[in-house]
Amino acid sequence: MENKVLKRVDYIFQESSVVEVIELITKTFKKTPDDIILDVIDSGLRGRGGAGFPTGLKWRFAKNEDSPVKYVICNADEGEPGTFKDREILETVASKVLAGMCICGHSIGAKEGFIYLRGEYNYLLPHLSKVTDDFNNQLKTKNIDFTVYIKSGSGAYICGEESALFESMEGKRGEPRNKPPYPTISGYNAKPTVINNVETLVYAYMICKMGVEKFKELGTKDSRGSKVFSVSGDTPNAGIFELELGMPLKDFVQDFGDGDTKAVQVGGASGHCVPRKHFNETIIGFEGIPTGGSMMIFNSSRSMYNVLHDYLEFFTEESCGQCTPCRVGCQQLLKGIEAVKKGERKPQYLDELKKLSATMKVAAKCGLGQSVANPFNSIIDNFREEIIY
Amino acid sequence: MNEFLVNLKINNIPVSVKEGTTILDAAKILNFKIPTLCNHPDLTVAGNCRVCVVEVEGSRLLSASCATPVSEGMEVYTNSEKVRTARKHVIELLLSEHNADCTKCFKNGHCELQDLASEYRIGDHVFIDMVKDRSKLADMSSPSIAKDDSKCIRCQRCVRTCEELQSVSALAVINKGDHQKISTFMNKPMDDVVCTNCGQCINRCPTGALTERTYLEEVWNAINNPSKHVVVQTAPAVRIGLGEDLGYKPGERVTGKMVAALKHIGFDSVLDTDFTADLTIMEEGTELLTRLKKALVEGEKVALPMMTSCSPGWIKFQEHMFPDLLNNLSTCKSPQQMFGALAKTYYARKKGIDPKNMVSVSIMPCTAKKFECNRPEMRDSGYQDVDYVLTTRELAMMVKQAGIDFMKLDDEHYDSIMGEGTGAAVIFGATGGVMEAALRTAYEIVTGREVPFKNLNIMPVRGFEGIKEAKVLINDVKPEWKFLEGVELSVAIAHGLHNANELMKAVREGKVVYHFIEVMGCPGGCLGGGGQPIPTSPEIRQKRASAIYAEDEGLPLRKSHLNPEVALIYKEFLGEPLGHKSHDLLHTHYKVRKRY
Repeated sequence: MENKVLKRVDYIFQESSVVEVIELITKTFKKTPDDIILDVIDSGLRGRGGAGFPTGLKWRFAKNEDSPVKYVICNADEGEPGTFKDREILETVASKVLAGMCICGHSIGAKEGFIYLRGEYNYLLPHLSKVTDDFNNQLKTKNIDFTVYIKSGSGAYICGEESALFESMEGKRGEPRNKPPYPTISGYNAKPTVINNVETLVYAYMICKMGVEKFKELGTKDSRGSKVFSVSGDTPNAGIFELELGMPLKDFVQDFGDGDTKAVQVGGASGHCVPRKHFNETIIGFEGIPTGGSMMIFNSSRSMYNVLHDYLEFFTEESCGQCTPCRVGCQQLLKGIEAVKKGERKPQYLDELKKLSATMKVAAKCGLGQSVANPFNSIIDNFREEIIY
Repeated sequence: MNEFLVNLKINNIPVSVKEGTTILDAAKILNFKIPTLCNHPDLTVAGNCRVCVVEVEGSRLLSASCATPVSEGMEVYTNSEKVRTARKHVIELLLSEHNADCTKCFKNGHCELQDLASEYRIGDHVFIDMVKDRSKLADMSSPSIAKDDSKCIRCQRCVRTCEELQSVSALAVINKGDHQKISTFMNKPMDDVVCTNCGQCINRCPTGALTERTYLEEVWNAINNPSKHVVVQTAPAVRIGLGEDLGYKPGERVTGKMVAALKHIGFDSVLDTDFTADLTIMEEGTELLTRLKKALVEGEKVALPMMTSCSPGWIKFQEHMFPDLLNNLSTCKSPQQMFGALAKTYYARKKGIDPKNMVSVSIMPCTAKKFECNRPEMRDSGYQDVDYVLTTRELAMMVKQAGIDFMKLDDEHYDSIMGEGTGAAVIFGATGGVMEAALRTAYEIVTGREVPFKNLNIMPVRGFEGIKEAKVLINDVKPEWKFLEGVELSVAIAHGLHNANELMKAVREGKVVYHFIEVMGCPGGCLGGGGQPIPTSPEIRQKRASAIYAEDEGLPLRKSHLNPEVALIYKEFLGEPLGHKSHDLLHTHYKVRKRY
């Protein structure tokens, strides 16, 4: 591991006007699309929504598709419990998001971009529409053929899953699709589509602005760059922070804990719960535990049974309900821990439930059902006695 | 050699298949059966039940074999430890939310979930029983379809059927997570929504969540009541479908055995809807010629193209979706309802029976017929014209309940009167059949010659193409039909309401011009009806169609106007087609219905 101190940085929230980003766009467009994509690949940028797919590769896949119509979609359906950084980005530096979309569109050959805005963020619409209109108009004056539109979600967590998001955008019920085909081949309206998280698009823009080398100086070999974290829970320091990726959890807790930190839920409800005993060896990044930004800190006053119960209630309600492992599995996990807690089932029933969560991890149709095992297993394994007694 | 072949291994056995083939289909080639629930040959791929998952070497996830295309060098395992565990879990999860009162279920013994539970010896499964609100009654509001959500496994076959095959979308998914279910617009009861009662959802429901409303007990009670005279009519498509539920392979003609069984069961008179199918041709054919005459000679504005009215699912669809085209529907009742009206009038009079002591039963490949017989218009005899409608499936149950060894029965003949039918009536059971029967008769009436097709087989109107078109030149006509000289009769045929919807849109927009349109509400026509044996697939329907056309060719009379009983009823009772009595008993009107 590289021997350097990872720290708080400040790139993403530096103010930037529409005029400035347009200038950078025109400057960037002097490069060929292939060169821009190469830069993004070279930078090591990986998706900031949580899954961490290499952004440049995604762009290249879409570029390689032979289609007159392609789309860029900004996934602003920020629904993961404990994640609230995209909201801040859209409120303060939306023009950078738009620039990222425009650069992506230019690189892959798309003329239209959409921001899929979480239903609960509709209050941002007046502001966001204004910035978007301004941006679109400025692009026109520069003869850049790219337009950004905004579509609102209706409040379903599952619509943050990219293929469910497409369905929702197409006016259908938000249910994930079968994969393959992947979005870069058949996404929105069955056209090649790049769908990136809000923050990913900003970093794509930042890479064009600051240069690949400078971006690569941040973070670690496997987790290049910085990332915006949403810190919440038992912390004196709740809020949004841009940190270099690859930070040991120990250092994070040092900075953000309240001195009594029992566990950190890394990556929101669908992420992993790390107990104090593992803080030292846990890296926040793709070589360790990746996160879409959510860092929930729990101190010794918290019941991990309640934490898990809340998560399972959330998934039980937010599963789209189409596939068996997720629809029924979530309910069984929830009812299962309740039964164990009440003594209606023996503690060993938790092991049956772990087998079930293992099935959900491999057999559920989309990331929602597949990831329920993350909080379930990490909490059951590390806080079993709190679940039982 | 345009087709690109993909090489893969399934359970270590190499196989080469066409690009785009799913793992499921590739496994079938090697005779590896992978269980499925949400998958259906008539529907788009859903991939939501997850019971068909398989292991693909190198993939962290299991793959839904129904939804995953093969790729070069793929190594698939259909029965590994990981697969078996997941598959058992999926079945156990489904059972944990399934009202498994199997012995009381109408689908007992015909349930795909029950079969899987049995195959995998699920026994006392470990998970917590979650059948919600067991006491909640099923939706029995519809006279045709019973909907019991406590048995639903959310495979969405019904939803896809209703949308993709029928363009009705009466059933849809509502809510999410633990509240997700299959429901109707605003959760309204089934009899208050756009549902056409076609029953295609029933044909594809893997469990007992969607079944026909059964009237078996009512029919048994009538049979066992000595003061009742119970007549039964059998629709054309029943005779080529029934065998499937009684031990035969699809495509077996069991007409004679079916008649014998009905007599054994104790019906007082076993009669044939084919009789009124032939009668329909006389009435509807005359109606068409009359409309054409009004249009061509008198310059009157009449609704053309005229559309057939035999299929009650199609009728209700038209009432909801194209109320502006109701005048285009033939006013002829369906053969079932013509039969019902005549049974309690003509038949009763000839047999000297008081119609109030008659019970009129029909065996139909159809669930919409159960709705149709309850329509308030269908009481022209002074009584409910048809009292009970049983599906082909219900008849098979009756045969079994009566302890009849069906395969060993000797063939018997229909009773008389109203038991005679021609080949033209039999083909009513296949898409295009009414059209073919009508053309055989109308052409001959107008020209005095047989239709100019070899062996009377009008091939252009046959087959399972969604919308078929044909043109028949009418020339050298008889003097009284001079106005039709040189007219090229233009016809179209649609089957399945999705195709009907497309055709109607084109008609409404004036994009197409026809004289006569046949529509059957179900894919393949009545042979694929919502009351036919389960399962159904394009192959099965093809076999049933072949059986229907074989039945037609095997009959001595193949033109409706040659049916001697039809000639007799006009002579003795009705007078002439479209006459006063016909108008009273054989024709009907339609109702504008809302979509929501």
